[in-house]
Formats: sequence, C-alpha cells, structure tokens
Amino acid sequence: MSTASAAAAVTETAQPYVDPERRERRARKSRRNAIVATASTILFFVVVSVAVLNSPGWPSVQDAFFNPAYFWSSWPSILSALLVNIKMFLIAEVAILILGMALALIRLSKSPTLMPLRIVGTVYTDVFRGTPTLLVVLLLGFGIPALNLQGVPTDPLIWGTVALILSYTAYVAEVFRAGIASIHPSQRAAAQSLGLSTTQANRYVVLPQAVRRVIPPLLNDFVSLQKDTALVSVLGPIEALRAAQIIVYSKFNYTPYIVAAICFIALTIPLARFTDWLTARQEAQRSMGSR
Amino acid sequence: MRRRTPIVVTAALSAVVLAACAPANNSASSSTSASASESASASATAACSKDTLKTLAAGNLTIGTDKPAYPPYFVDDKPENGQGFESAVAYAVASKLGYQPTDVTWTVVPFDKAFAPGTKNFDFDINQVSITDERKKAVDFSDGYYTVNQAVVALKGTKAAEAKTTADLQSLKLGAQVGTTSLDYITNVVKPTTAPSVFSSTADPTAALKNKQIDALVVDLPTAYYITGAQLENSVIVGQFKADKNSGDNFGLVLGKGSPLTECVNQAIGQLSTSGELQQIQDKWLSQVTNAPYFS
Repeated sequence: MSTASAAAAVTETAQPYVDPERRERRARKSRRNAIVATASTILFFVVVSVAVLNSPGWPSVQDAFFNPAYFWSSWPSILSALLVNIKMFLIAEVAILILGMALALIRLSKSPTLMPLRIVGTVYTDVFRGTPTLLVVLLLGFGIPALNLQGVPTDPLIWGTVALILSYTAYVAEVFRAGIASIHPSQRAAAQSLGLSTTQANRYVVLPQAVRRVIPPLLNDFVSLQKDTALVSVLGPIEALRAAQIIVYSKFNYTPYIVAAICFIALTIPLARFTDWLTARQEAQRSMGSR
Repeated sequence: MRRRTPIVVTAALSAVVLAACAPANNSASSSTSASASESASASATAACSKDTLKTLAAGNLTIGTDKPAYPPYFVDDKPENGQGFESAVAYAVASKLGYQPTDVTWTVVPFDKAFAPGTKNFDFDINQVSITDERKKAVDFSDGYYTVNQAVVALKGTKAAEAKTTADLQSLKLGAQVGTTSLDYITNVVKPTTAPSVFSSTADPTAALKNKQIDALVVDLPTAYYITGAQLENSVIVGQFKADKNSGDNFGLVLGKGSPLTECVNQAIGQLSTSGELQQIQDKWLSQVTNAPYFS
C-alpha cells in the first residue's frame, strides 16, 4: 500500500470505533454540561445586570455613555473615518509581514559576513520594542517633515503608517524568530541528510512549519495593530477614534466612544474567528481523529 | 472536590460583584440636586459668602484647569500666580465670593474629565470652554465672561496669508485643535473642500503649520496673538471672523450639573461685569487682540 493511500485511509476513518454504551454515557454527560453551562451563564449575567442597574450613579452614567440619540447620530462620521484606519492597517500588515520575516532571518543567520547586519538588527529590535509606539509616531510624523529634505513627503498619514510598520516589525520579527527556533533540530538534520542546502532546508522544511506554528500569536499582534492605527490621529488625520472624540468634545457626551469601540471590535472579529478556525484545523490534522 | 470548585468560584464572584455595586454611603449626588432647587429659589437674596457656599472643601475654593495652561490665559503654566487672563478672572470671581487668594486651590482637570458624570473634583473649571446648548445638558455653565473671535494663522508669504474672504479659505488645508469652536467654524462656516486636520493640543497644529503639513490653522484670537508673537516665527494672523453678539462664542465656567454654586458664580460675574472689572482684566491681558482684519 503506497503512503498516499495509507494516509487517505487514516483520514477517512476519522471516527474510531467506540462502544455504544460509552458513546451513550458521553452524550448524556455533554447534554448535562450544556444545561449547567447555560444556567450558570444566565445566573451570572442576571446578577451582574441587577447589581449594575441598581447602583446609584447608573442613570447619569447611562446618559453619559449609552445615550441612544448620540449613539445613532455619530455612526455616519465614525464609519467614514474608519476607512482611514482600514487603509492604514491593510498596507501596514503586508509590509510588517515581509520586513519581520526578513529581520528574523537576519538575526538567525550564522554567516560571519552578515555580522554587521545582525548588530543592526539587534539594535533595531531593542530600540523599537522599547519605545512607545506613540512616541515613534510623533517623532516620525512631526520630526521628519521638519527636516525639510528634498523629495521627502510630508503627508502625516504616510509617516504615521511608516512609524507603525517600524514599531511592529520589531515585535513580529521576534515572533518569527521564536517560531523558527522552536522547530526541532532533527528537522534540519533530516533535511541535511537528504542533501538540502541551508537555504533549501529553510525554504522547504523549517519555514513552512515555523510560520504555521506562529500564526495565532501573529494574528494577536495584528489585532493590536488594528487598534494602534488610532495613534496616527495625533498627527492630524481624522480617523475613527478622532472622529468620535470630536463629537464627544462638542456635545460633552461619551457615547461616540462606545460607537468607536464597537467599530474596532467588529473589525477584529473576522480576524479572531479566522485564527480560531486555523488553529482548530491544525489541531484536527495533528490529532488525526482521536479525541 | 473538583466538582464543587466552579460553584464556589461563581458564588464568590457574585458576592464580590454585589458588594462592590451596593449603594455607597455618600448620598452626595442626591443631596446636591436637592439643595440646588432650594438654593435656586433662595439665592436671589441669600448671601454668597465663604461660610454659606457648599464647596468641595469648606472655606476653600477648588478651581480646575488643564495642564499645560497656555498663554495668554495663564502664564508659565502656573495658574496660582494670578497672571494671565483666565487666572485673573478666576481670582476675581473667587474674591467676589469671599475667597482670598490663599483660600483658592488649583487642581488639574483634563478637558474630557470636566464633563464626566458623577461628583466633580472641582468647584468650577476655567479652561476656555465655549457655552453651547447641547453641552448644557451635561454640565452647568456660568454666564459668559469673554466673547471670543476665531482667527486664522498662516506662514508669511504663503498663498494662505493672502486670503481675504471665507471663499479664499475653502481651498486650503486647515487645522484646528479637537473640541474647540475653531473646529466648528471650519466645519460650519468655512466648509473647506479637503478635510481639516484635527490635533490634540495647540502645540501640534503649530508644528504642523511649521512643517507645511497644513496651510493655515484656525484658533481663537488671543491664542493666535500668542502663536504669532511668541511661538512661531514667520507667521502672521491672516484675519478674524466677525462674531455675532448673540450667537457669539462665549467662554463660561464649567460646574457640575445642578451645582449649588452656579447662581452665586453668576452673581459674581454679573458684579464684575457691571463694575467694569472684567473689562479691565481683558484690557490688561488681551490688549492687542483688536487689530486683525475681518474676513468678508
């Protein structure tokens, strides 16, 4: 039997044989668990709601933070400003992935000729992980245009996105580095014994496994990036959080902040569910049908 | 043992949540609204003096403002030195209420804290806050102590510096600070073709103007004089917008909604206005703010 069809046979018989009585007991237990879970959740939320709604300051808090009139009226301006965040985030994400991988590979290289690059890489990572992202945004957004160099754009959106890219590349490079380092050395040894060069081993054996391994923490960093696009507002562009702040200061009511929060949460949900699906699929592939 | 832990944890959590949310002993919020209605009727003749006013700390007046506090409203970022237009107005109001400068305490109140619900940590807040009807739903405003005009600042020799009418400004990239009526002016009066840039403080749009990231910035006239005089070389006030006496932009003191001090503070401002003291303070600290040309 060839390996291909053997593999196919294993994945086809995904459900192993289970004794009927045991299956019945498991089904009953999972039903009871579901009932207890629902009851516990309902009880918890009822208790919390009663406690919050009966606190003495609730009416004024509700008026200040959950005001229906301001809630509906702020959607249009915040939604149109959200496009600025989305644009920045999409461009930054691609650049960060490419540059982060490059930096990780540089830092992991063993070749003596690449030593100066390794030093630069280490300094870069230390500096940009240690500096608050807001500071980097301010320094680049106001500092570089102030130098008045020929041919250098002064658009705050560009420099804000560059600042985000520089800051997050440092984090993402470390994530990639951890992923690559976590691949067992036997993989590299096996690749070597098959006659693959270092580059080929990286390209065909190590990196595919490493990248798959670090997808959850990577997507974690990208969710964080989505929210950090709000920092570029200090340079002037009106993005979602700033649009909310304009209404908040104008009307003296905080409800637009809740609207902006909902927008950001809604942005991150697709990414979060995608990560969950990817991880679940990897788990299923690894466990190959056993519970 | 293992089965019982989740139930114990849920019970403990619920107990903590209930205890934390139990009505607190301070009925301060309910008593302020009750006394506000009493004082509103009685205060026309009641004494507004140090012993009768219900301030945060008895015998002491707590005034809030932001940090940094900019000229010409404050000097050296030290509200307690009494210099600067708003610092002088605050001490004048305090003295009409019977508080000597030694009875006055200053506290830092960031702009978005001034209208937060709940009890305030100041008696009144003075921070170039413009009075609008919508804002009155969240806080109490005193009567206006200054009617302010908006002005436009640009770098000398640029196209923006030549603007004479509101239409000339429409093609420019304008900037303003968030939460200011300057921003409202841009959105409602000028209506530029490109979206304006909005900044967190007064320092940032000045930097953006210097970097030529914006063509002109809109700010209130006193601040415009400070920027062109002290902060940004090579800048000039292009012009000011004429404010209508009735719909004009008025600065007011911010107090908590239903505060017992509002009536007395209004009395104090009324007295300062009729005695001419308010105009004297204005002439002393804002004397140059009359010469900029008006936009047509």
